[in-house]
Amino acid sequence: MSYITGVGLTAYGKLPGRTTLDLMSEAATAALADAGLERTDVGGLLCSYSTTFPHLMLSTAFVEHFGLSPTYAHSVLVGGATGFAMGMLAHHLVDSGVVRNVLVAAGENRLTGQSRDAAVQTLAQVGHPVYEVPMGATIPAYYALVASRYMHEHGITELDLAEMAVLMRTNALKHPGAQFKEAITIADVMGSKPIASPLKLLDCCPVSDGGVAFIVSREPTSDRKVRIIGSGQAHTHQHVSAAPSLTQFGAAASAERALRASGMKLSDMRYLAIYDSFTITLTILLEELGLAPRGRAGTLAREGYFDQSGKLPLNTHGGLLSYGHCGAGGAMAHLVEAQYQMTGRAGARQVKDASVALLHGDGGVLSSHVTLVLEADR
Amino acid sequence: MSAPAFLDWTAGGAGIVYQRCEGCTSVWYFQRTFCPHCGRGSPSTLQASGRGTVHAATVVARAPSEELRAHAPYLIALVDADEGFRLMAHGDRMLAIGDRVRARFIVLAGRLIPHFEREA
Repeated sequence: MSYITGVGLTAYGKLPGRTTLDLMSEAATAALADAGLERTDVGGLLCSYSTTFPHLMLSTAFVEHFGLSPTYAHSVLVGGATGFAMGMLAHHLVDSGVVRNVLVAAGENRLTGQSRDAAVQTLAQVGHPVYEVPMGATIPAYYALVASRYMHEHGITELDLAEMAVLMRTNALKHPGAQFKEAITIADVMGSKPIASPLKLLDCCPVSDGGVAFIVSREPTSDRKVRIIGSGQAHTHQHVSAAPSLTQFGAAASAERALRASGMKLSDMRYLAIYDSFTITLTILLEELGLAPRGRAGTLAREGYFDQSGKLPLNTHGGLLSYGHCGAGGAMAHLVEAQYQMTGRAGARQVKDASVALLHGDGGVLSSHVTLVLEADR
Repeated sequence: MSAPAFLDWTAGGAGIVYQRCEGCTSVWYFQRTFCPHCGRGSPSTLQASGRGTVHAATVVARAPSEELRAHAPYLIALVDADEGFRLMAHGDRMLAIGDRVRARFIVLAGRLIPHFEREA
């Protein structure tokens, strides 16, 4: 048994003058306050990585900086899947009795702490240094290759992808912390500058500064009771050149494991928190997870299925595409938003029923997959 | 007995090299000293024909560095080689999924890389 007892999230976007440790500290402070816990209550600490602060021991650097003395601490690195992987590990750590409370913290001044080229080049290194990076490939290019094949096989158009960008922006407009604050239309997405075909600028998440943290505890610390009831992973490859398929990925296997552990069915899910580094990522994951028929995610989005008031609300904070993406912390904002929804604290973004949520993240190029299933105790 | 000399673009030669397991007959691209499928050691290293079919393609407009921006936009493809492995390479801007292609080699940012063209 484990509960997400506290969450903390900074605004994402340009936060000049703040370091990785500043952003982590700000979010961790908020998460502790939210849970009603003190630093001395933190038995376990999980951190990730920061491209602007590439430390060999980020967790212990944070132990020292923030003033903790945990009995368990280390970093976890699986790219974009890291946040949910830390959630899964925290769940198992408290469930098996290793510690009572785990603090999970991430943050990075990825936008203002380095040049745009430096960010693009660092991220491209998830590609193969010998066989891929010399091609002048970038993360958008790796995902664009996947997009070209997936769209070819399933008859998906760029207009379908654009629906995802517009939906995430529409959601973000209701969150004061979102990086983007202006509405966009399908035409804006279609007219945005080319990055790596078929992906255009507005099909891609931004680079952001931001910090985010959450606390996983063995017992609830308030009357807000959001439990992690299932988790699963799947890892099939690292490099897009070596992916077993560009039309089927590990997401389905990962979700199947998480659902089996939770005792729930996919049809029990009421709220979705799905990784959306690109519009194609969100499209593929929704379809791979079985939340939309193959080739139909864009159509469902167009019909309002994933809206705040729709059948299956999705990333109501705006996702990576519009709330922002600060690295390992990117998808952790999805978890924070899910916890807010499940505790009825999402304000203008509140959905009617978020009693059961499915969270799914991917790292690399749909390489590493992690799924969490959350349930609100009533 | 000296090892056969391969033309391998990753070592500056105008050719593509792949590996095959003599146990399970798997073929793959990223070089290693064992078979990633069955674990058997001493795989054969072989010269590819340079012919294949386009599996995926993207035109990159936003290059990662100043040096590469001079070449943008450029097409990156995943090509299924006739020998049964998949590789990333450059290609003609007009390439599309399903095209039959043949490799030549170009210099990009000071390095020789494979570049595919439609077969005549």
